[in-house]
Amino acid sequence: MEIMYVYTRKRSEFGRPCSFSDRPAEVNVDIPPDPSMASSFILRNPVDSYVQHTSDMSEHEVNTERVEVESRGVNHVEGGWPKDINPQEVEQTIRFRKKVEKDENYVNTITHLGTLMEHCVKQNNAINIYEEYFEEEEMVEVEDEPPSAKTINVISKLTSFFDVLLSKRDPNVTKRTATHLSWHPDTCKKLAVAYSSLEFQQNMKNMSFDSYIWDLENPNKPELVLRPSSPLVSLEYNPKDSHVLVGGCYNGQMAYWDTRKGGLPVEVSAVEVSHRDPVYGAIWLQSKTGTECFSASTDGQVLWWDIRKLAEPTEMLVLDITRKGLLENALGAVTLEFEPTMPTKFMVGTEQGIVIACNRKAKTPPEKITSTYSGHHGPVYALARNPFYPKIFLTVGDWTARIWSEEIKESSIMWTKYHLSYLTDGCWSTVRPAVFFTTRSDGTLDVWDFLFKQNDPSLSLKVCDEPLSSLRLQDNGCVVGCGSKLGTVTLLEISSGLCTLQRNEKMLATAMFERETKREKILEARHREMRLKERARSEGQGSEVEERPVESPQEVLDRARKEFFEVIEVELQRQARAETQHLGGKVKDRAGEEEAAVVAAAQGEESQLPKDKEEEEEEEKDAA
Amino acid sequence: AEVEETLKRIQAHRGVVATMVVNAEGIPIRTTLDNSTTVQYAGLLHQLTMKARSTVRDIDPQNDLTFLRIRSKKHEIMVAPDKEYLLIVIQNPCE
Repeated sequence: MEIMYVYTRKRSEFGRPCSFSDRPAEVNVDIPPDPSMASSFILRNPVDSYVQHTSDMSEHEVNTERVEVESRGVNHVEGGWPKDINPQEVEQTIRFRKKVEKDENYVNTITHLGTLMEHCVKQNNAINIYEEYFEEEEMVEVEDEPPSAKTINVISKLTSFFDVLLSKRDPNVTKRTATHLSWHPDTCKKLAVAYSSLEFQQNMKNMSFDSYIWDLENPNKPELVLRPSSPLVSLEYNPKDSHVLVGGCYNGQMAYWDTRKGGLPVEVSAVEVSHRDPVYGAIWLQSKTGTECFSASTDGQVLWWDIRKLAEPTEMLVLDITRKGLLENALGAVTLEFEPTMPTKFMVGTEQGIVIACNRKAKTPPEKITSTYSGHHGPVYALARNPFYPKIFLTVGDWTARIWSEEIKESSIMWTKYHLSYLTDGCWSTVRPAVFFTTRSDGTLDVWDFLFKQNDPSLSLKVCDEPLSSLRLQDNGCVVGCGSKLGTVTLLEISSGLCTLQRNEKMLATAMFERETKREKILEARHREMRLKERARSEGQGSEVEERPVESPQEVLDRARKEFFEVIEVELQRQARAETQHLGGKVKDRAGEEEAAVVAAAQGEESQLPKDKEEEEEEEKDAA
Repeated sequence: AEVEETLKRIQAHRGVVATMVVNAEGIPIRTTLDNSTTVQYAGLLHQLTMKARSTVRDIDPQNDLTFLRIRSKKHEIMVAPDKEYLLIVIQNPCE
């Protein structure tokens, strides 16, 4: 509703001079004091009043306007010629030159300068004055320096160019989260960043939908502005064709760009067949044509697309772990993982904390889901396979990061301690198999090297105050880019100790992974046995005496069990003898019962290691 | 004549690529390179020499610039400045 006030005036009255006249004062309002109100006044006596004798100061902030720097070239043209001489005319210039050369001053000067110059020229010829006298050989040293990382560039999304545009329309410039980063596959000098606001229903009217491609040489202005119809949540360069990018939008559509064609998407998928929730993961597939990609979103679907025809997906999978293919039961996908060396398998990290491994080439849709790994309490924000050991993968979610082996489905083989803040993203180092990076929601980037230190990150850097939302390592392993919630992308260079392969590192990492895997396998086997025991015991007590455990995995177990029983037997016999000495035959029956119960309990315990055996013996003694 | 001799002698030294004489306004008086390159060199080096000279004199007003040597990857540019003229020699220091 607008409030308008309309003035009307006759045209002939415009511009008339005003004539002022005096008039006596007249009282407009006279409000006499009301004595009845006097009672509601409180008399203050004494009244505190202060006086201060200082000068009034005020505070002002000044910030200079940012200077726009641009690279320009300069073209040199001849100049300096006196007015009467036209530089294009050869005759005139020659004449001028001849005149100068006849000047006495000229001759003297040149002679003098000539000697000076000759001296230096001869000097140069005689000896290389900048020679390196002691050239050292490259020594292969063990890097003893502490790991460190250096910020090389901070790309703030708001540039002065965009500042001006946006502030004209709306004084609050909304800052969006940098949700996904993708490095240019060849040159690593360009970075594509997807910006969107992931807060639920926080879309402000003036928030721009653009995402940018930045050139590292110029952090002030993006190289290319991508304009989708809805903000991009994920963005990936095509590893085969570095001009093509695919992006997943906030409204579930998929779009693809060709950087040679500008900022508008070349094609966008149809809304009806796309996802119904933001597309959190979009990855290119290995294919002959190099045009296939697949996407996952929290609506529980994984869709395969061919970008030449984005009108409908080529394949669809519903992430229902009960294998019924029902969309209602489906788990929402938050990350997607694909390893080009294993083209038929891929993994999806879900909102519910479960990682689903799928096989694309399975015959029927229910069989596509091969296995699930659960272990996180919250959404799995990042999922990455180790580039050196494809069976080992890293998941990041809730307050921990966990490392899993594909064979062990029960639990992760290694995990970090619970941090104080959420872990938002993670990835492996591309050069060192034992190093990985994680980002936290308190703005810290952690670098973990578990051959060096396993309880804490080997390097922890506070990048910014706001939460970090995404992380991506460049292919050479030295530069890592992290995006924050307010849209700032920071590039850090890692110290060389963390990005060069150490001696024996592969061996040590392999050994460690194998060790952990074996440990988990043993634990898994034990758990299985215990569960079987529980089940069997609940079926019936009596038959238990005869029952021996069906699987006897290791020699140690067998031997320990045998010894254990022997010891029990001996104890019981001793007991029995002692009791019969005191009491008589009746007790033998009880001892017999006891024996059966004890044997049952022993089998139920299942702790066959010698240490536990001793504990059992003690327990026995106590019981007796 | 003396000038000719001097310049010829300098040019004859081992490794010398080019020699030029430029006056205070940037007009190349004598040069062994083509015109456009000479003009470029003249313009740029003149400014640099002025800057170098003012730097030296700022630090110590009694001091003055006698010689300027710029060694780059490809060659060395040597500038002998004077009040009115500049003698510029480009040499490849042999290593």
